[in-house]
Amino acid sequence: MHDTKVKLAADIERHTLTVLVDNEAGVLARVVGLFSGRGYNIESLTVAEVDAMARTSRITIVTSGTPAVIEQIETQLRRLVPTHKVTNWTSAKAGIEREMALVKVAGTGEKRVEALRMADAFRARPVDTTQASFVFEITGAPSKIDSFVDLMRPLGLVEISRTGVAAISRGPDAM
Amino acid sequence: MDKDDTLTRSEAQAAETMTGAQMVIRALKDQGVTHIFGYPGGAVLPIYDALFKVEGITHVLVRHEQGAVHAAEGYARSTGKPGVVLVTSGPGATNAVTGLTDALMDSIPLIVLTGQVPTHLIGTDAFQECDTVGITRPCTKHNWLVKDVNDLSRVLHEAFEIATTGRPGPVVVDIPKDVQFQNGAYHGPQAVHHRTYRPKTDPDLSAIVKAVEMMASAKRPVFYTGGGLINSGPEASKLLRELVDLTGFPITSTLMGLGAFPAARPEWLGMVGMHGSWEANHAMHDCDLMICLGARFDDRVTGKVSSFSPGSKKIHLDIDASQINKIVRVDLGIVADARLALREIIRFWKTQKHKVQADALKAWWKQIDQWRTKKSLDYRNSDTIIKPQYAIDRLYELTKHRDDVFITTEVGQHQMWAAQRFHFQEPNHWMTSGGLGTMGYGLPAAVGVQMAHPGALVVDIAGEASVQMTMQEMSTAIQYDLPIKIFILNNEYMGMVRQWQEILHGKRYSHSYSEALPDFVKMADAFGCVGLRADKPSELDDKIKEMIAVNKPVLFDVRVDPTENCYPMIPSGAAHNEMLLSPDDGGEISDAGKMLV
Ligand SMILES: Cc1ncc(C[n+]2csc(CCOP(=O)(O)OP(=O)(O)O)c2C)c(N)n1
Ligand SMILES: [Mg+2]
Repeated sequence: MHDTKVKLAADIERHTLTVLVDNEAGVLARVVGLFSGRGYNIESLTVAEVDAMARTSRITIVTSGTPAVIEQIETQLRRLVPTHKVTNWTSAKAGIEREMALVKVAGTGEKRVEALRMADAFRARPVDTTQASFVFEITGAPSKIDSFVDLMRPLGLVEISRTGVAAISRGPDAM
Repeated sequence: MDKDDTLTRSEAQAAETMTGAQMVIRALKDQGVTHIFGYPGGAVLPIYDALFKVEGITHVLVRHEQGAVHAAEGYARSTGKPGVVLVTSGPGATNAVTGLTDALMDSIPLIVLTGQVPTHLIGTDAFQECDTVGITRPCTKHNWLVKDVNDLSRVLHEAFEIATTGRPGPVVVDIPKDVQFQNGAYHGPQAVHHRTYRPKTDPDLSAIVKAVEMMASAKRPVFYTGGGLINSGPEASKLLRELVDLTGFPITSTLMGLGAFPAARPEWLGMVGMHGSWEANHAMHDCDLMICLGARFDDRVTGKVSSFSPGSKKIHLDIDASQINKIVRVDLGIVADARLALREIIRFWKTQKHKVQADALKAWWKQIDQWRTKKSLDYRNSDTIIKPQYAIDRLYELTKHRDDVFITTEVGQHQMWAAQRFHFQEPNHWMTSGGLGTMGYGLPAAVGVQMAHPGALVVDIAGEASVQMTMQEMSTAIQYDLPIKIFILNNEYMGMVRQWQEILHGKRYSHSYSEALPDFVKMADAFGCVGLRADKPSELDDKIKEMIAVNKPVLFDVRVDPTENCYPMIPSGAAHNEMLLSPDDGGEISDAGKMLV
């Protein structure tokens, strides 16, 4: 794993969880409402249907809290009626996490050249180019995207759009 | 993928065609429902039409939808069956929200059916439209908006399954009016099997073996029991008694669990928690093994968590995995239905021929007997003014020969005195709002209890403030000939608020005086019930007997000492061994404690 189990404040850990749910009306509201209602954090959230036949959706949440809070979040998620399965990638240590971001940088001259050079080093690809700007598409672990964004900041960073994390297990088995 | 909810062709052929409204009634019948508590309105008229002159289902017309939900709770808690509620859209649904939250907090199985505006009007701010599933999502175990009549019977049967199994709770099925009119295929309960919902009820035997070993080596054990034992059904209470017989361990209970173990038995320590007994709280604090059965370490039980039972190992049995390690870290968690886990614990205890640590247990009981000498529930009686404790003692003494006495309460001092002093020998006879602490619960709950138990003595031990919140249900009691007894401990104060203001806020009694009280006797008269009043201790017994004898609803205005406080008390933020026994104990409350509720 890349940047999970990062120690934030004392005792606070960041964890990535995936919840496989029945894709029924209101299911996302149930999950999000659980977090807001019990005062848990959501740092990022990614949702999409993954099996149209079985009507299942996969929700991946990056959250932070003490180990006890993380344990509560997992058991509370399991308690929701439409939940099939909950996996904690940070504790399981056998997952891959990726995120995609679109990063807009505006500038001319030296800075423009430097931005392009950095993008190349990060395997970020320009998907829109004008005389005065780029939009880069970058995929990777969230920490890699953080670093790239930090580097773009002095080079004319205008706007960022991030997808949130998608996660899956390594090896042949499903979550 | 689980495709169990897909009906096979033969089942589909067996399905009958009917309207959505007819399906509702049919599903209720197929689920064995005999009583509905409800209130009509535009968005449920088709269902009310289908209910017209239907046989086998009694509809109880309440006077406010909150009352319908509390009545259904009383019905459920006193019978072990789910309570069913039918209300209209918009205000009907929003009025039900307090009851839903109450039932969620206390794990009471309810099926609440709400009407909704027709599907094509949803989202248009139509007349009496509200986002019922949105509003009730956080206060139900699960809820549904049914937009297709062909989903309706499946959802209704799932609703019963989810409300009544695992950790019970309230569910809402929101049914748009057009769906009630449409024709569709009805499927019976057997055809339905939920896709994801699989509550775990069987205990892991390795955990049971470990629990039994921990119990056998315990020197200072205590059973700490809760509402989960009541919800698990009467057999769980029987097994609990057997386990106490086998071990001789002392036992206490939360407010919710009263009655699972007989208060008359010597192992009973009284209730635990903020207003629990000295011996129960000290046993919890000093034990070396806490065996928590179907309770959830509520803040009213633990007091200050960091000083909660510091020296003990803890076993926690709960049907809901999320309760384990939520508040207090435990050494052994068992996720199971209490009945099944207790059965296994007893079986292993017997087959492995376990014995208790007899000498240590003897010393532990000696210590407990020492604590008992504090007589923490004693109070100073008077011959001129009725003490609220005395009123409850007399009510208990004059009814204890009967086994058909059901007590409901409102919320406040009277509730705590009732919990401390009215001794229960059997489960399902004590109905009180524990988790939410809802003033106004007791009167409608009594309506529901009496509906289920026609000949029984059903008494709402009430406060004069609480009872005014749902007083209009007296009219329901009259309509259905329900001879409920409203036993008002009238101290002319929101007594529990006054008590906290006295102890925590320098006796500044801000807005806690019950001013402009109605004349409860005249009020009883206006409703067509019987009104009684007692001002002196000497009148009390005769009036209680009269209250019981009259076969009508009674409002009994018992004028009690307005300044009496409820002791013992663990002030917020204090530990179990820092109880106050009387006003003389003073009780400096920490600033942190004042912040708590
Ligand atoms: C609906 C609701 N509103 C407010 C409260 C806060 N509260 C708790 S006890 C209490 C006073 C109850 O007074 P009364 O019914 O007279 O009972 P007493 O304490 O005097 O026995 C209040 C206002 C509550 N529990 N429920
Ligand atoms: Mg009062």
